[in-house]
Amino acid sequence: MERTTLDLWVGIFVVIGIAALLTLAMKVGNLSTYNSDATYTVTADFQNIGGLKVKAPVKSAGVLVGRVSGIEFDTKRFEAVVTLSLDKRYMFPKDTSASVLTSGLLGEQYIGLDAGGDEQNLQQGDKIKLTQSAVVLEKLIGQFLYSKAADGSDKDGK
Amino acid sequence: MLDHLLRPLRNIGHRVVNSIWRLGYASRFFLMTLLKSGTSFARFSLIMREIYFSGVLSLIIILVSGLFVGMVLGLQGYETLQKYGSEEALGTLVSLSLVRELGPVVAALLFASRAGSAITAEIGLMKATEQIAAMEMMAVDPIARIIGPRFWGGVLSMPLLAAMFSAIGVFGGYLVGVVLIGVDDGAFWSQMQANVDFRNDILNGVIKSVVFGVAVTAIAVFEGYDAPPTAEGVSGATTRTVVMSSLAVLGLDFILTAFMFRGM
Repeated sequence: MERTTLDLWVGIFVVIGIAALLTLAMKVGNLSTYNSDATYTVTADFQNIGGLKVKAPVKSAGVLVGRVSGIEFDTKRFEAVVTLSLDKRYMFPKDTSASVLTSGLLGEQYIGLDAGGDEQNLQQGDKIKLTQSAVVLEKLIGQFLYSKAADGSDKDGK
Repeated sequence: MLDHLLRPLRNIGHRVVNSIWRLGYASRFFLMTLLKSGTSFARFSLIMREIYFSGVLSLIIILVSGLFVGMVLGLQGYETLQKYGSEEALGTLVSLSLVRELGPVVAALLFASRAGSAITAEIGLMKATEQIAAMEMMAVDPIARIIGPRFWGGVLSMPLLAAMFSAIGVFGGYLVGVVLIGVDDGAFWSQMQANVDFRNDILNGVIKSVVFGVAVTAIAVFEGYDAPPTAEGVSGATTRTVVMSSLAVLGLDFILTAFMFRGM
């Protein structure tokens, strides 16, 4: 085969290959949607985060505004310290509250932010003070059974 | 009498020693190929030629199989997912299975049977017709001149082929899922983008395909170089290349997956 045709074919091959990689990165993966440069991080303490995982979405009013970038355990207060990376485009008041929510009945867990009314906004490194822990299904069932049992014994007493 | 009894033991020992010797020979051969690859890269046109033979000529089989694997994944995935009312996860299912597993593995298996066997047969025949010996006579190093370019041509082609396989597979899944069955277009792509991570999924898939490329081409060039210089020897070596490299790909895939996706 002639040298120039061979070079042409190899060139086409390499270009298609790199284009495929780029398509995978941009269209299939989340490289284009999640840019770590344009974020600021805040922390929030939770008594219980349930099944929350790193990279879980952070949503406000249902819109994706950031992701969970780290989960640690505070050994002094025995609470979970969750680091949130929020998109710089979205600023939240200082008295915003964070809660661990579940999408759907069996869906993944995410952090929901409810904006407060403070005039100052959250800055890089701030801490969200108002938090609400995850609802643990076993505890809920336990409470329900307990209250049922209490109801039952009340009736017996009467 | 004693000699008769000891023969099976001696046979086992002979086999073990032989296989260890062969493994050592293969490792030394691999090391020599790596050490002399500077000479191969100095004549890049040789590597270009091998990329043409093992990469460009594998395009058709890779693209067609990728498309069909993606389409089948779309059909089967939809059948299962719709039972749970989560057809929108089809994009995630198709792309994750392709990018993480099927892309690198199936592309490597096809590459082993399409390009690996050709490399072995070519080198084996060169040896049988004493072309390699002739080169040595002319003070041309056969490892730098013949083995190196073929090895690097395969190693460079493999990740590109695997990426094409995954990309066209996702397109096949899209064709069946969205165009044919009617899964929501936006949900298909957005769920896919939300759940496929660049570092964890795509980059790990690329790493896998590079490892498979090294394994398949290293086995192919070694089997060719080591083939007995007869017609039977070359055919046996070609068969061994396909079998050994397929097994190596599957084994390595398990090990790599265990390391990459353990905690997820």
